[in-house]
Amino acid sequence: MGILEIKDVGKRFGGLQALCDVNLSVAENTCHAIIGPNGAGKSTLLNCLIGKLMPDSGSVMFDGKSVLGRSPYEINQLGISRVFQTPEIFGDLSVLENMMIPIFATRDGSFSMDAMSNVMSQKDIAEAADKMLSEMNMLDKRNMQAASLSRGDKRRLEIGMCLSQNPRLLLLDEPTAGMARADTNNTIDLLNEIKQERDITIAIIEHDMHVVFSLADRITVLAQGTPLVEDVPEKIKGHPKVKEAYLGETH
Amino acid sequence: MFGLEKRDANLLIAVGALVLLAPIFLNPFPEGSALAQFNAGYPDLMQRFVIFGIFAIGFNILFGLTGYLSFGHAAFLGAGSYAGVWMLKLLTINVIPAIVISTLVAGVFALIIGFISLRRSGIYFSILTLAFAQMSFALAASVLTPITGGETGLQTALDDPRILDAANESRNIPAPSLFGLHMNDSAQLAVGDWLWTFNVGYYVAGIVMLAAFYVAIRIFRSPFGMMLRAIKSNQQRLNYTGLNTRPYMLACFVISGMYAGLAGGLMVSMDPLAGAERMQWTASGEVVLMTILGGVGTLIGPVLGAGLIKYFENIFSKINDNLLHQWFSFLPQGLEDFVVTIIHPFIGKGWHLTLGLMFMAVIIFLPGGLVELGQRASKLFKKRNPPQTGGQKEPAE
Amino acid sequence: MDQIILQILNGLDKGSAYALIALGLTLIFGTLGVVNFAHGALFMIGAFCAVTLSRILSLSHVVLDETKKDFLGKPLKVEVPYANDWFGPELGGAIIDWAVPLSILFAIPVMILIGVIMERGLIKHFYKRPHADQILVTFGLAIVLQEIIKYYFGANQIPTPAPEAFVGSFDFGALIGLDSGKVIYPYWRILYFCFAMLLIGLVFAFLQFTTFGMVVRAGMADRETVGMLGINIDRRFTIMFGIAAAVAGLAGVMYTPINPPNYHMGMDFLVISFVVVVVGGMGSLPGAVLAGLLLGILESFASVREVIEFLPGINQVVIYLAAIVILLTRPRGLMGRKGVMED
Repeated sequence: MGILEIKDVGKRFGGLQALCDVNLSVAENTCHAIIGPNGAGKSTLLNCLIGKLMPDSGSVMFDGKSVLGRSPYEINQLGISRVFQTPEIFGDLSVLENMMIPIFATRDGSFSMDAMSNVMSQKDIAEAADKMLSEMNMLDKRNMQAASLSRGDKRRLEIGMCLSQNPRLLLLDEPTAGMARADTNNTIDLLNEIKQERDITIAIIEHDMHVVFSLADRITVLAQGTPLVEDVPEKIKGHPKVKEAYLGETH
Repeated sequence: MFGLEKRDANLLIAVGALVLLAPIFLNPFPEGSALAQFNAGYPDLMQRFVIFGIFAIGFNILFGLTGYLSFGHAAFLGAGSYAGVWMLKLLTINVIPAIVISTLVAGVFALIIGFISLRRSGIYFSILTLAFAQMSFALAASVLTPITGGETGLQTALDDPRILDAANESRNIPAPSLFGLHMNDSAQLAVGDWLWTFNVGYYVAGIVMLAAFYVAIRIFRSPFGMMLRAIKSNQQRLNYTGLNTRPYMLACFVISGMYAGLAGGLMVSMDPLAGAERMQWTASGEVVLMTILGGVGTLIGPVLGAGLIKYFENIFSKINDNLLHQWFSFLPQGLEDFVVTIIHPFIGKGWHLTLGLMFMAVIIFLPGGLVELGQRASKLFKKRNPPQTGGQKEPAE
Repeated sequence: MDQIILQILNGLDKGSAYALIALGLTLIFGTLGVVNFAHGALFMIGAFCAVTLSRILSLSHVVLDETKKDFLGKPLKVEVPYANDWFGPELGGAIIDWAVPLSILFAIPVMILIGVIMERGLIKHFYKRPHADQILVTFGLAIVLQEIIKYYFGANQIPTPAPEAFVGSFDFGALIGLDSGKVIYPYWRILYFCFAMLLIGLVFAFLQFTTFGMVVRAGMADRETVGMLGINIDRRFTIMFGIAAAVAGLAGVMYTPINPPNYHMGMDFLVISFVVVVVGGMGSLPGAVLAGLLLGILESFASVREVIEFLPGINQVVIYLAAIVILLTRPRGLMGRKGVMED
């Protein structure tokens, strides 16, 4: 029984069957990648996981609770943190404040009417934020405005913000899209480090084979809205069906 | 001090000193001198400075922190005004119930309007608030006449019940008071040629404004305030960080509405008359102008903006052609007339034109308003002096 | 029955003014992505174009009329418009009488010019800034424009009558077999409605059948792609702004006999026009027209005595109420497209 259980999920947009009978189980403390050619239904599946889309059929259970029909903040409070394709951070705020917000959210829940105390006087939050920043090697940038960070640093900050919540599942959506090779490799190293040091489940949706094969413990290949194969990376590499799916796309 | 960081405490003390000493330094010109008409130190105007200051501080909590532009904020000021006058009529002529109840009534009103308007964001939110305010205005001016006094407005009368007060023996309508201190009482002090007026109502309003300013600082620096700024910066990220933006926005909208109601309550405490035009969307536009001219998202900006606009409205609008001729009399005759003709449209009744141009200039060149102007000026000044050491780049005040 | 027809007719002229302003707002929003709070001011300036022209036409000089005497027996001073001198009393009188319709010719170039100056001088710099900034700067511009008008024309309403031929009412009831006198409708209002429909038709035809219009429509759908095709979309958008300004201006010109213009009429109409745009669906041209007419009719129905007795004050708030209901139930408005102004 995995921590994330996707059962018989189907989604249709007009005449297009975007997802059809998707069954997927992500085991706890593994890194599970979902790959597939363009139009395979990766984004649709992701949107079903995060409450943006309601599938027509099937169920998505996280740790025994359904995530369907919940809003993004409720899904986060269940223990799922999300990293976006382009880093989503609070650009107008300082790096430190960026790091404090998720820690507040974890401590105080989805809403807290704390309008009279000073942010900086909350020592436990500030310490936790500093600790996370130093783990991300960003302590020297704590007073910078987040929007002025480099793209790679923004990505680090975003991942740090997600980790500071101690999520049980980290959901990554093409985390290296549009990155230079060096930044991509840095991100891969960072994620590998996280995998080793923490008890965390990672689900990654990715296009880039290099990223997937350097990270994943298990891979599901999605094609035309259905899982084609699911196996360990070594077996996926030479799988004839996978080749067909990818080559079929290029022709 | 007061649970504030040093910088904020200094700001609060500075504003406090300004409020206390305003009757003195707003009257810089000796009585009877040609420039005496530019003195702003008379009670009526000073009251307006601080009351509109409160209004703008409250508007800034909404617009400055969250970026949600409400074009209907005057509705809360109006609702507060009506509630305040009713307290003065029914309960007691003491202003405290009036001020408290108008704040609460505006809060409830904001809760209802906010609950609906906040379902949408961006320009839709602006238009929803505008629609609600226009609706309130139209209703207050027509159907709700029994409650609002319609177009003549609502005011205190001789035969009001005032159940908490002793029977009114005199033939005069009582003036609003605070435990016997009448709001319109003033003490005058003449020093040389200068005449300073210290008015009870002004100091009551001024102290309330300082309290409101203090609360605003605390909100700005609190986790709540940080979340509001996060809403402005990236609402999507905030949602995926596990925070529910709806209650944050609603709480912010209600707080902001309560500030407006407080301003309305104070307004009727100074002059117990409430009219529907206070709710019109032009009045909502005015608070937008104040906040932006002063510096949106800054602590002190809205207060400065409110002061500037009220000064313009009351003083700048008094400049007339005769005065201009006096000022430019040093020029040769033809040139003098020419200069006066050029300036004429911008002064006196044309002050709205100047205001509009100033407002546009601020939006185009100085998005941070007067506060940014001050910061730029001080930077320029610092550059000429030897470079200073250290100094982290701090987010704008 | 006659009441219903009368109210529909009454709603049409106001509704078509809403529709014309909303059409311009939508054109500007759809093509340039700018929320223009100064659009009401353009409507107001259009109305003052009519005032200006009728003043120019009736410029007069004083002559002594020997045939008439005042009570002292001296020749009476009468003002004779120059138009009478130049074209003779009959044609001159007719020209002055027809000042409002003639203003259309005068207003078109003026309004296009104002629109182009506005776009090139100010709006252009706000394409990339947030909507709140656009709202604020155009709000400031609206204040400036109306203050300028106030400076030159004063704060009072200026009556500007329709040509004499259009004074009087048309017995609409008799036409459809009701008792005569039951449903009467002023000629000028009929003309206004027809004029508005014609103008709307022209704008749609222009967008539908010309290459220029095609590019603009493509730009409304996807600005970036059209820009990448190497088409100079910016210049076309400037022209579009001029056209939108002219539409608002003409709506104002023709509205002067219905409602004597004053300097703040633009703001009054703007607030409602924004509601109209939102109800119609941000970015939808047919939506703007439809919503304008519907809300105009709705407003006049709410003004019927029986309705007001049943729901006091409803006439004042019905438009806003409709907007709130629509926004909450159909967030995209009546005919809004997906993906426009959604956040």
